[in-house]
Amino acid sequence: MVVTFTVNGTPRTADVPADMPLLWVLRDVLDLKGTKFGCGIAQCGACTVHLNGVAARACQLPASAVQGQQVTTIEGLSTDATHPLQLAWQELDVPQCGYCQAGQIMQAADLLTKNPNPTDADIDAAMVGNLCRCATYQRIREGIKRAAVIKRAGAKR
Amino acid sequence: MTDRRTFLRVTSLAGGGLLIGTLIDLDGAGTLWAAEPATGANTPFTPNAFLRITPEGVITIVAKNPETGQGIKTMLPMLIAEELDVEWKSITIEQAPLDEARYGRQFEGGSTATPMNWEPLRRAGAVGRQLMLAAAAQTWKVPVTECTTEPGVVVHSASKRRLTYGALATTAATLPVPDPASVPLKDPKDFRIIGRATPNIDNAKIVRGAPIFAIDVTVPGMLYAIYEKAPVFGAKVTRANIDEVKNAPGVKQVFVLEGGTALNGLMPGVAILADTTWHAQAARRRLRVSWAPHPTASQSSADFATQAESLLDGKPARVLRSEGDVTAAFARAAKVVEARYEYPFLAHATMEPQTCTARFANGQMEIWAPSQTPESGRQLVATTLGLTPASITVNQVRGGGGFGRRLNNDYMVEAAAIAKQAGVPVKLTWSREDDIRHDFYRPAGWHGLRGALDAEGRIIGWSDHFVSFGEGERFAPSAGIQPTEFPALFVPHFSLASSVIPLGVPTGALRAPTSNAIAFVFQSFIDELAQAAGKDPIAIRRQLLQQVQRPESGAMPAGVMDPTRMLGVLDLVAEKSGWGKRTLPKGSGMGVGFHFSHRGYFADVVEVRVSKSGDVQVVKVWAAGDVGSTIINPSGALQQVQGSVLDGLGEALTQEITIEGGRVTQGNFNDFELLRITQAPPVEVHFRTTDFPPTGMGEPALPPVIPALTNAIFAATGKRVRSLPLSRHDLSWA
Repeated sequence: MVVTFTVNGTPRTADVPADMPLLWVLRDVLDLKGTKFGCGIAQCGACTVHLNGVAARACQLPASAVQGQQVTTIEGLSTDATHPLQLAWQELDVPQCGYCQAGQIMQAADLLTKNPNPTDADIDAAMVGNLCRCATYQRIREGIKRAAVIKRAGAKR
Repeated sequence: MTDRRTFLRVTSLAGGGLLIGTLIDLDGAGTLWAAEPATGANTPFTPNAFLRITPEGVITIVAKNPETGQGIKTMLPMLIAEELDVEWKSITIEQAPLDEARYGRQFEGGSTATPMNWEPLRRAGAVGRQLMLAAAAQTWKVPVTECTTEPGVVVHSASKRRLTYGALATTAATLPVPDPASVPLKDPKDFRIIGRATPNIDNAKIVRGAPIFAIDVTVPGMLYAIYEKAPVFGAKVTRANIDEVKNAPGVKQVFVLEGGTALNGLMPGVAILADTTWHAQAARRRLRVSWAPHPTASQSSADFATQAESLLDGKPARVLRSEGDVTAAFARAAKVVEARYEYPFLAHATMEPQTCTARFANGQMEIWAPSQTPESGRQLVATTLGLTPASITVNQVRGGGGFGRRLNNDYMVEAAAIAKQAGVPVKLTWSREDDIRHDFYRPAGWHGLRGALDAEGRIIGWSDHFVSFGEGERFAPSAGIQPTEFPALFVPHFSLASSVIPLGVPTGALRAPTSNAIAFVFQSFIDELAQAAGKDPIAIRRQLLQQVQRPESGAMPAGVMDPTRMLGVLDLVAEKSGWGKRTLPKGSGMGVGFHFSHRGYFADVVEVRVSKSGDVQVVKVWAAGDVGSTIINPSGALQQVQGSVLDGLGEALTQEITIEGGRVTQGNFNDFELLRITQAPPVEVHFRTTDFPPTGMGEPALPPVIPALTNAIFAATGKRVRSLPLSRHDLSWA
């Protein structure tokens, strides 16, 4: 089928099977490789993107489900890598191997939209579906809280 | 750190500039790597050494080793930049291709990069600085002793003249190279880069999703491949419905690879090549393969356990170490404690499944791989495919996790073999199920332990019958044990013996190999002895460390722990955790463990809370480490220690690979569970610096956290955990 949807604010078209997961449409057809393959069964969160502004697992979204929808990937989270989470992640040196971090950041961005001042418990509840094999969890918590501070400071300006 | 010879060469860059490389004899066996031919004035520029400075002032430092998240691409250039004396933010870092003739050994394993490179790479930088000083002295016609450096600049204070490294590069390239062994190194108090928390240099790319991982590699004309292997390791293809799969949407080629019998080589299987990863994966669901019968199909975890119990009931096949008179010590002991311990197979489960891209054209093979041992991979591809190593180029690409999985190059030889057969470039991407079911597993193991205490509660006798995998005198990969493993040399009457079970399942090194299992067993059993002796767990450990049995020569064998350093971290972790100073309610407890591995000393304390129904929550971990004089990158060091500790907790809590009918039962993160953020306690890390050269950080913090956890569970519940994972156990209490 020909799927037409918006990716990072730009209309895109892809001629792909209706059941092809958005993950592979993004990676292999649209050449957006920031979204990662980890498990294929929604157990790890490495493929997290935003569907109409809400975190979703791209490995579980068939192409047919994104027809006419708005998709945001890590490449489109900000135009210049200045989203508060992207700044905080660099400031606190969160990544180790870095493979899961696009998914972590996309999930965390969804959390901060809903809850601008999350506690550790809020963070754990929101991030439980995102695995990090390097176990950067302590810095992920710190990074989200730091991003919340950056975001509030930005909003006041 | 002796027996190492360092050679440098300096080459003029086309268009001027300076290039320095060290050729280092790291194994001390006299093997030297050939110097590369000098770059002529008209030769196109090829990055072929560690350091490059152009007349425009662009300073490039080459990172030689594979990067899979251990932070080495940031840390090794810090050593060069420090002694070159440049601003960290002013340099560009490049990943080296595989070329051991130019860079020396290029691999990731055994936490070796720090001890192997600490001095040679600082000397590589220091030679660069000396040449900059000499070039400035010549330019100004002043004695070199009157010149000094500030970051990126040579200064002549008397005349207030300054020249940048870029301005000096062309002159410096014409000067004789000083002997690297004689160039002065900085006094550590003058370090500006070493010892400063330095973020991972690829962070900016990671946070914006730049395509920097092995799975992101794209080559023009490339097809996407999957490779189906037998669920029973090594079984051959007898029949496959290839023609039917060829008709699936997007599929371009389907073929069988004969493969061999070596578990770490090219295994038999069926390749499907398609225009997208999804088409290859979807076509795979139509694939029907008949696999030849294979003897490994008779093997299972349940049967291994039965065999192990039976072996433990009998006499060991081999004695690995015997000290003192064990029989007499047990005969006169005031108390004897006996226990059997066991631990399961484990998978690595790197977040990025195994993946590799290969292109074969005109007799030349080019590979893009996240390998921890790229040179071994090149040799494997050459041998398997009948190519010369010189015709194979390996590009080192960032890997999404290593942990020892990528020490084996099975996925690399698969990609190369598929590309050669297909005649087009291919990117091979394993599914998660492929990854869990075709790993090189941390071997399971069993220990029959006996300990003897004298009337004062001292440990005077220790006997271990270790049941592992292997054949005859040979252990399966990573299934052995060092005969000098602690508490050898600390218990006066000591015996270590082994028996082995044949195994058809591939095994290999998992982060802190052997230590990740041995520490659990030995440090738990020491706790059992402490309890039998009525002693505090830290007190009995202090006593054991003080009763070191030095050989008559006085010198401890190589690779044996220094008890003074271990006592140092044990005391530090006791102090920081408030050991013995807090009263915890029933169901809560603290446990301790220490372990020496990979030249590093770590002692950990875990505080745990176990609910009445038996749910385990790790409240906090304190880790104290001694890895020598210098924490080169405090940010990376903290990451490695916290990551190792949490990795160990994850292994202990839920992880287990089981074999049934010669195949792995688990397949994805729903049944091989990694630690999640909700299970990750805060990990407080303390370092004790000592006057020893710095050593590696990727592994040694992991082993002691597992017994610290199980010992804490005993303190909390009175239940002794003698097998892993914890999810096997009912830890409820009333």
